[in-house]
Amino acid sequence: MGSLRDTMSTTTAPTLSRPSPPGLGPIAWARTNLFGSWVSTAVSLALLYIVARAVLGFAEWALVGAVWTVPYSATGIAQTAVCQTAHGACWAVIHDKYRLILFGRYPFAEQWRPAIVVLIFIALYTVSAIRWFWRKELALIWVAALTAVGVLMWGGVFGLKPVPNDEWGGLPITLILATFGIAFAFPLAVLVALGRRSTELPAVKTLCVVYVELIRGVPLISVLFMASVMFPLFMPAGVNIDKLLRAQIAIILFAAAYLAEVVRGGLQALPKGQTEAADAMGLSYWQKTSFIILPQALRLVIPPLVNTFIGFFKDTSLVLIIGLFDLLTMGKVALSDPPWQSFSTEVYVVLGLIYIAFCYAMSRYSRGLEQELNASQRR
Amino acid sequence: MSEAKDAIVLDKVNKWYGAMHVLRDVSLTIQEKERVVVCGPSGSGKSTMIRCINRLETHQAGHIFVDGIELTDDTRALDAIRRDVGMVFQSFNLFPHLTILENCTLAPIWVRKIPKAQAEELAMSFLERVKIPEQAKKYPGQLSGGQQQRVAIARALCMQPKIMLFDEPTSALDPEMIKEVLDTMIELAGSGMTMVCVTHEMGFARQVAHRVVFMDRGEIVESGPPAQIFEDPQTDRLKLFLSQILRGH
Repeated sequence: MGSLRDTMSTTTAPTLSRPSPPGLGPIAWARTNLFGSWVSTAVSLALLYIVARAVLGFAEWALVGAVWTVPYSATGIAQTAVCQTAHGACWAVIHDKYRLILFGRYPFAEQWRPAIVVLIFIALYTVSAIRWFWRKELALIWVAALTAVGVLMWGGVFGLKPVPNDEWGGLPITLILATFGIAFAFPLAVLVALGRRSTELPAVKTLCVVYVELIRGVPLISVLFMASVMFPLFMPAGVNIDKLLRAQIAIILFAAAYLAEVVRGGLQALPKGQTEAADAMGLSYWQKTSFIILPQALRLVIPPLVNTFIGFFKDTSLVLIIGLFDLLTMGKVALSDPPWQSFSTEVYVVLGLIYIAFCYAMSRYSRGLEQELNASQRR
Repeated sequence: MSEAKDAIVLDKVNKWYGAMHVLRDVSLTIQEKERVVVCGPSGSGKSTMIRCINRLETHQAGHIFVDGIELTDDTRALDAIRRDVGMVFQSFNLFPHLTILENCTLAPIWVRKIPKAQAEELAMSFLERVKIPEQAKKYPGQLSGGQQQRVAIARALCMQPKIMLFDEPTSALDPEMIKEVLDTMIELAGSGMTMVCVTHEMGFARQVAHRVVFMDRGEIVESGPPAQIFEDPQTDRLKLFLSQILRGH
């Protein structure tokens, strides 16, 4: 009896969760899962109707009834009357403002530079995502890419016209804040997490606890305000640290506190035996941490890590309150132009799509990475 | 065993977990090349004692000397001791993110500073000795419990330790896998290494141990050659313990 029950439970359990045998084709699948009874048929039809209405309605607005271009007056002012009467989207606003939204007030003739910066960032993300590049040289690639970003944006060398950073804006600001933010916050977070778990250095531990609790206890907005308004008050007269840099540091410190807690969660989830085995073999603290503890702990927390990354990517838009012109702020600036004031939906839809593109790429990648890493060492 | 040196000396070792007195005046001297089996009911402090020998647990009173070096807060002395003391755990504690070969070569490369190629050669020779060289490229999760524990033994041996500690190496294994691990340990015993083994495998104790130490409630109650301990127990506590474990067999 016992053995029979054992075999039953082990062999049938995996198949129970999938009642319909696979490989029957979409029609058979739909028949069993969507139209199995009259209730599910009714629900399926109702939902199909709602989805169809929404999709058709959006297509009507975005494509069929849309206005793609508008005429301009002799003085160069857009004549948006066509858009006012049309019942679709007025994509002409994007056509007219996309350079402003993407690159802000960066000198128009030099906007190829921020364009390249955006491409460098995307290339950097792509390269970092490919496992083949996960080696020491990747750190050099990051240093090189981030240096190139700085040179291109600032200029002043290689015959590039210098552009002060209060003229920067749009997508490069968002990507700079997010990328530099995460690149510096993550290592800091790992150190803070390790420090917080330290048993032998109580002073370090206390410092880490205070730092994390202090930063987590206040909203990002107030940290940004502190960095931009209050911090200069404490500096001696004449010393002026760049506003973008201050915002960047505020974001790094804020993100690091949150990431540290995520990393600490991973450290705590590791069985104690792993540390003991490493200790028993005589590995030093840093050898143990970098070869045994962190590779496993970080793998455990990929989903919450990426979740936090995504959160901070979007939180960079809060710098609008201290007068930095990130992507979202540039959308608002573009809409302040009188002829285009009533076309905020179009602008925000496009901004939303840009944010979704980056965030969805991150979440897709983390899901793939998780599966890949787990596949090699299923317990 | 004439003029043998002392490999491990425990001198009136005491340890408390809060108010609980887990080691009471434990004194034990183990000579080089001696094989000692420690047994006793659960909660008797036998695992705690063996884990004090490489300072995975710290003792609060008394002295422990390993290879002539006293275990103190001095980390350099501790590093030296841990290099020479291998340990095998009840729950294997292999590193799941590293292959079997990487598990075996990590410490030799980073602690003993052996070149990678040489460390791999060494690891393969020990994997052959525990009879699983063909698993070298796999991950621990792909192996059975018995295989994992044999890898753990090979991993400890790769450090070429003078002393091996076994903390209930077969307790987490299914019955059919216990033998393969015990066979490996018996084979190892033949090589003349100092071994301290916490186990309830009395057959193993009879076959390889020079001495059996019986612990109960944090103290060493009896100790002597296996024949004496099993056939002529002196104390009621040992008699009770033997009757309990023999009933199970």
